[in-house]
Amino acid sequence: MAVDIVTLLKHLSEANGVSGYEQEVREIVQEEFGRYADELRTDSLGNVIALKRGGGPEPRPAIMIATHMDEIGLIVSEMEEGFLHFQQIGGYDDRVLLGQEVTVHGRRKLPGIIGARPPHVLPAGERDKPIPYDKLLIDVGLSPTELAEQVRVGDLVTMRRELVELKGSLVAGKALDDRASVAAAAVCLEELTRVRHQWDVYAVATVQEEMGLKGAITSAYGLQPDVGIAIDVTWAKQPGTADEYTYELGKGPTIGCGPNFHPKLQAALVETAKALEMSYHVEPLTRPGGTDAAAMQICREGMPAALLSIPQRNMHTPVETVSTKDVERVGRLLAAFIARLDEEFLASLAWDLGLDEEER
Amino acid sequence: MWEQPHVAAQEEAELLLEKLSNAFGPSGCEGEVCRVLARTLRDQVDDLQTDALGNLIAFKRGTGPEPRLKVMIDAHTDEVGLMITRIEKNGLLGFRAVGGIDDRLLLAKGVIVGEDRLRGVITAPPIHLTKPEQRQQVIKIDQLVIDVGASSEDEAKGLVRIGDYVAFDIRFEVLGTDGLRTVKGKAFDDRMGCVVAAALVEDRYAVDLYLSFSAQEEVGGGGARVAAFRIEPDVAFVLEGTICDDTPKKEDVSPTSELGKGPAITIMDRSFIADSRLVRLLIDVAEANGLPYQFKQPGVGGTDGGAIHLTKAGVPSVAVAVPCRYIHAPVSLASLNDLDNTVALMKAAVHALPDRWPRAGQ
Repeated sequence: MAVDIVTLLKHLSEANGVSGYEQEVREIVQEEFGRYADELRTDSLGNVIALKRGGGPEPRPAIMIATHMDEIGLIVSEMEEGFLHFQQIGGYDDRVLLGQEVTVHGRRKLPGIIGARPPHVLPAGERDKPIPYDKLLIDVGLSPTELAEQVRVGDLVTMRRELVELKGSLVAGKALDDRASVAAAAVCLEELTRVRHQWDVYAVATVQEEMGLKGAITSAYGLQPDVGIAIDVTWAKQPGTADEYTYELGKGPTIGCGPNFHPKLQAALVETAKALEMSYHVEPLTRPGGTDAAAMQICREGMPAALLSIPQRNMHTPVETVSTKDVERVGRLLAAFIARLDEEFLASLAWDLGLDEEER
Repeated sequence: MWEQPHVAAQEEAELLLEKLSNAFGPSGCEGEVCRVLARTLRDQVDDLQTDALGNLIAFKRGTGPEPRLKVMIDAHTDEVGLMITRIEKNGLLGFRAVGGIDDRLLLAKGVIVGEDRLRGVITAPPIHLTKPEQRQQVIKIDQLVIDVGASSEDEAKGLVRIGDYVAFDIRFEVLGTDGLRTVKGKAFDDRMGCVVAAALVEDRYAVDLYLSFSAQEEVGGGGARVAAFRIEPDVAFVLEGTICDDTPKKEDVSPTSELGKGPAITIMDRSFIADSRLVRLLIDVAEANGLPYQFKQPGVGGTDGGAIHLTKAGVPSVAVAVPCRYIHAPVSLASLNDLDNTVALMKAAVHALPDRWPRAGQ
């Protein structure tokens, strides 16, 4: 049965999982990946690893798909008169924090507000200056005594936002960087229950990507795959962004090109997209880094790596917006690519030194 | 004998607050709010009327001998919101503020658009593609757009029209279960006042009571002006959800009002000086009934009192408010204790009024 992308995205997006504290999301991923996997486990850092066994002769080559399940968030740093000061975990633009609803993960989950002083009382000129996050306060509506019983310094804070469906197959919510890709991996795994494939497939929902690709580093080391593909989100066109770095929302995934990515792997993904008559864009990324593909590329003695991205508006805000069509496309593209993988393909990834020609 | 509070009535007030807070009602588009109020009030009042501006006026006849005092209770139905002003080629929607909203509050918020109540989001550029110096700049409202999921101008035009109203997409919830009994939601300015006004009709008074649920306060108080003209009250009480700026600050500035410290009585704001006899009445009634009260910092903000007190030959007026943190922002926070105490104070004040006020026509 096809994956219900909107419902899955709703569960994934509304679950809370700041880097290092992914448990709520992990449970959803375990359940979802578990439907399609032959084996499911969680490694010592908390990565969820689903194995979908291939039909080729042993020892089989393996491909790893990395999608990160952590999200950026906040952490309580101080309490003052019943209000909470906070620090950032990951990168929110300070400007998007004002007036947001949050969940403070104290002894129980406390809904709260990042408060804004009303315009009536602001000194002249104040409205022209953004407020740095260390001048903002979270209000959970408790008295100082009650607050001290419920919350401690070090408690985590996540954005509190219901996933909403917009028109045109768009959804908007928090943490769709990168849970949209987790959903795409689920689509891929589901397709693979119906599509014959030779290679073993490890779908990994990684932890702590936003804190330095930690989960991808350890899971790639542990699995030692032959090829690694990361799925992440990229910037969609929207006001205030340069055309050069942005891609149309809902017009297909991007396929990364640049030093982080193996040229033949990238070319094969492009070929697969063409064969599927799927719209896509090639996304030039001039430096390795920023996604789980960077960690996979330099794991152990190195591996061919590639990156598929889902265009997303408002990245690193509580209203990250993606097209479910793009999520579905990435899953389908990846499954079709995996179905093409054989022994020859693995051999074709070796660098050609041109020695054969000289001998001839 | 001390009586348990009327639990059923309290829960009803909370439920009404929830319905009113969730209702869609930027200035000029208060119909949904009025419909919620009309359903609640119809069996408890003697007359319900609307007027040209969309005010809802409820009348409850007094029991005293004629001529009876005419008491106007004003609460405004509108909230600050947005309006679609531009449809771009890419299907994104430009907008302006309806009422006073700080531009800095707009980024990355959920909104509800137009009569079809479409879900949308206000976009915000990704941090990765902005330079540090850009992040020191406030993004002005005319550079922001709402995304409802339309991918072209034509598609957007099939979904929304220029002039469609926009409200923040925020749901009412109970927050604190402790002493403060806090709640959060949108438009507490002035759905709090609406709840207090609606609660007053649980009683019948010696005076004639006119509840004016007034439109368009946030854009100048036009609703209250024409309602007062029609009602011709002897006395007016303006009920508000007012500024509560009591978060800790380095500088020594007034909080305007404080959460949990009871109804905030206005002595003077930017729009009027309250009638001193009515201020005295409220103080005396609060003290006689053991109710907490506070004074709103004078000179801050404006209310419908500004329009009402200058109506015809003049109307003695006062404002009483439930302190609400973060008004004019997408989501505000208030204490149900303050709400209950404001209801109690207002009921007692209207009951006490005839003995303290010269009779109508005298």
